[in-house]
Amino acid sequence: MDKFTKFTSRAVSLPLNDVDTDMILPAEYLKNVSRTGFGENLFQALRTDDPDFPLNLEKYKGAEVLVAGNNFGCGSSREHAVWAVVQAGFRVIIAKSFADIFYNNGAKNGLMLVTLSAPIVDKMLLDAESGDYEVSVDLESQTVTLPSGEKESFDFDPFRRHCMLGGLDDIDYINSHKAEIDAFRQTTNPTRFSSTEGL
Amino acid sequence: MAAKNIIEKIWDAHVISQAEGHPAIFAIDLMLIHEVTSAQAFQTLADKGLEVFDKTRLIATPDHIIPTRKNRLEIYDEAAKFQVKTLRDNCERHGIAICDVDSGRQGIVHVIGPELGLTQPGMTIVCGDSHTSTHGAFGALAFGIGTSEVGHVLATGCLLQQAPKTMRVEFKGSFAKGVFAKDAILKLIADIGVGGANGHVIEYCGEVVRNMSMEERMTVCNMSIECGARGGLMAADEVTFEYIKGKHAAPKGKEWDKALEHWKQFRTAEGASYDQEFVIDISELRPMVTWGTNPGHACNITESIPTLAEVPDHEKKTTKRALDYINLQEGAPIGGTPVDWAFIGSCTNGRIEDLRIAAKVLKGNKIAAGITFYVVPGSEQVLEQAKSEGLVEIFEEAGADFRMPGCSMCLAMNDDKVPRGERCISSTNRNFMGRQGPGSRTHLASPATVAASAIAGKISSAEDYF
Repeated sequence: MDKFTKFTSRAVSLPLNDVDTDMILPAEYLKNVSRTGFGENLFQALRTDDPDFPLNLEKYKGAEVLVAGNNFGCGSSREHAVWAVVQAGFRVIIAKSFADIFYNNGAKNGLMLVTLSAPIVDKMLLDAESGDYEVSVDLESQTVTLPSGEKESFDFDPFRRHCMLGGLDDIDYINSHKAEIDAFRQTTNPTRFSSTEGL
Repeated sequence: MAAKNIIEKIWDAHVISQAEGHPAIFAIDLMLIHEVTSAQAFQTLADKGLEVFDKTRLIATPDHIIPTRKNRLEIYDEAAKFQVKTLRDNCERHGIAICDVDSGRQGIVHVIGPELGLTQPGMTIVCGDSHTSTHGAFGALAFGIGTSEVGHVLATGCLLQQAPKTMRVEFKGSFAKGVFAKDAILKLIADIGVGGANGHVIEYCGEVVRNMSMEERMTVCNMSIECGARGGLMAADEVTFEYIKGKHAAPKGKEWDKALEHWKQFRTAEGASYDQEFVIDISELRPMVTWGTNPGHACNITESIPTLAEVPDHEKKTTKRALDYINLQEGAPIGGTPVDWAFIGSCTNGRIEDLRIAAKVLKGNKIAAGITFYVVPGSEQVLEQAKSEGLVEIFEEAGADFRMPGCSMCLAMNDDKVPRGERCISSTNRNFMGRQGPGSRTHLASPATVAASAIAGKISSAEDYF
């Protein structure tokens, strides 16, 4: 996983709530069996159907931070949606809230998901429409610096922070507890009644 | 020690260890695998030189992309064909049981788990699919995960998890004729919103739940994710045990008695608390239908679409975009909207009871001219049952196209797509933009409402059929 420490870029304003994973990456683009090749289809339907969709606008070209409303990433569990966001060049999404599975998937792919309060995000959504709105996100200090120089702090799970800063995979952490896992499996097996053996 | 609710009890029973300030190492009892979200996880194992932790906790089936044509063995889309082949190869390589096409057991992951008796109370169940919460109907803690996490479970049988918040939803009253479990869950989602339960697992309870069949319970739990919940569950009872008994993987003989004793401990203790609680009276509930582009955009079939003036300021842009897409006017009545397509199927409403209800409405009727109506059974077992009960003839005589099992037009990954600009009344779980095909317009409803609407050619209640 790519490390994330600090990142500065212009932001795209996407003033929508409940951006779902089917918008981010429609199902017809989930056929690839590798982790690559999803970026070009990010928001494919919206970009095709709506010439004014933010990602179509010249002023946002090269911007690598996305700002959105409530409940970003709701819907399907498809991690392909996160891969598409990352492969299209975004490193950070700032929103009022995120859907759970999308949030988890982001953390596993080095995509920095920052939750800020509704009034701040509303202001950012408006101001970022200039197309020249540069923000800086610092995970170590857990702050977002706005173009005005104002700093907004954000909450972040300490373990996730440790993993993002170090580019660490969950699987290695889980496997470092192998003895406990084996012991647990031996004690709970007697109360196990479901098995796929013989199917 | 504080009294615990069922969610906390299952959570506690599966925490292997948890260091201060760290997520828990959380044991997973069963993972369901399908073709779309597993290939990259198997690749991670290969890249890291890891083997599968315990293949007896894994079950696979092709469902998302599989054709529903009669000659479905041949997949014309090369990418889809390769995706299914990759699933088969990975299962063979790791010795994982696969319920493949024509095995008699293939179907949508969330339909076959319960059918095979694999889904049992008190278990932790995951799948790279957000509708995994379906299994919560059996008193299991079941939730969707991303592909990276699928890899973690394959390799370790565990996930890193933080304890969920808990929400209690009580349904009280009784259903009016023509109103079903689907309407109740759409009502909850409309009330609390598509992000209303983010971070929570829901326990559904109350007399209404106790009186539900397992199929109805699965419909409710299935759509928990549509209000943002990680999972949704219901304590097991005699209805649950009766359903499991005799299923292929169900415990038998003395093991059955031991299992019952084990399962019965997973119930909310007297005095247990939750982070949030809601009570919904369903006595006055009428059939629900969605008018917009997420499952929270739902109203009673006799109501009108909200006006932009009625929605809160921060929702106006999203609502405007939804109405433009769905091509309906603010403030217009939703009932009577002409439809071009009808669909019954999916992990939400593709089980035998759903087909029975729809067949009851359709029997002796014809669907309206110009309507295309797909009926897709949730599994090969559902298909066989529908045949043996004579339901297939009823659907076909009414003018519907009864097809082979799979996810089909719920997410339109295979060839089953609603054409651009056309409108579909659908028993599925999501009415997102383009969900049933690029440019498609979806209205979610119960199977009864779908059948009644197909007959009328417009969004219509099935209340008069019952």
